[in-house]
Amino acid sequence: MFAEKTGRIKQISTGGVLQAMRRYAFMFMLAVIFTVPAAGQKVTEIGREELLSLTDRSGDTTYVINFWATWCSPCVKEIGYFEDLHNEQASSGVRVILVSLDFPNQIESRVIPFLEEKNITAPVMLMTDLRYNEWIDRVDPGWSGAIPATLIYNNDHRVFLEKELTREELYEQVNLIRN
Amino acid sequence: MKKTILTFSLLSATIVMLGAGLEPGDNAVDFTLKNVDGTTVSLSDYSDQKGVIVVFTCNPCPFAKAYEQRIIQLHHKYSPEGYPVVAINPNDDQVSPEDTFDKMKARSAERDFPFPYLKDETQEVYQAYGATRTPHIYLLENMNGKFKVAYVGAIDDNAMDASAVTVRYLEDAIGALMAGNAPDPATTKAVGCTIKTRD
Repeated sequence: MFAEKTGRIKQISTGGVLQAMRRYAFMFMLAVIFTVPAAGQKVTEIGREELLSLTDRSGDTTYVINFWATWCSPCVKEIGYFEDLHNEQASSGVRVILVSLDFPNQIESRVIPFLEEKNITAPVMLMTDLRYNEWIDRVDPGWSGAIPATLIYNNDHRVFLEKELTREELYEQVNLIRN
Repeated sequence: MKKTILTFSLLSATIVMLGAGLEPGDNAVDFTLKNVDGTTVSLSDYSDQKGVIVVFTCNPCPFAKAYEQRIIQLHHKYSPEGYPVVAINPNDDQVSPEDTFDKMKARSAERDFPFPYLKDETQEVYQAYGATRTPHIYLLENMNGKFKVAYVGAIDDNAMDASAVTVRYLEDAIGALMAGNAPDPATTKAVGCTIKTRD
């Protein structure tokens, strides 16, 4: 008698759990559908020629190319300013591109989790060419290779800054290049 | 006379502006720094060597870590040839807490560094050399008791993977010196961690 009752209770509760699981599964699927495109940051791997063409484009756009890495603490400190610049000025002709110098074997383990944690939506590229000496000078002859470093340019002006920027400095430099 | 002085001061101002450190051909700057074993080490202690591989490096930088084993191997390979490694940590440990003297000692013991690991406490040495990142190499050549800079830059062309290296800049430079030639290239650039300072 006792056993039977237990069994019935068990059955009822199992049914409830199943129903709840179905509901949660549905909600989970919805959550997956709606959150992946927002949070799933894409990292485009690029090589030397792609990088160099990125630093030498013509047109009306002002390019802001920030060289950074997850291991670089001053880069991590300033990356939010670049994200804000991207959100605020992408529609008015400013194209922010974050070029990661993390090792290519750390995209999944470090770069993507970092971008998701920081909610970065600006385009991110990762430089796969580790023969630094072959391209650092071609990005800018004054660059020692240290990061953070930021190139801001358009058809008329160009500035290369090998240092950490404050929000004010970044916006000011972009304004100087645009005007 | 006045004109000469003016020209001279303009010239020295230009030198100061350009002189963000040492380049190949320059005289090396002597230093005396505290070593992890409690002694002090000076560049002049090496006057009986053919040269010195000065490496500005640190504890936490991923590039410094990636090169750590290679730096140990370089010392084992080239110290018997008269080119030992001297490692200098230039980071301000208030900004980079992983670079305190105690943590340097621990790192050196843990990895069994066969070379001195010196603390550039006042950060004057790295500034005099013009190092900008870790690791940053200055290969010095002993020219009749005076050290001259022979090569500045990277160790090789693949920080991530030692087995994928195609050009060994530093070893090529040492090889050139041993053959009586000037290193070519005499400078290379590389990505690395910035040297940590309080501004």
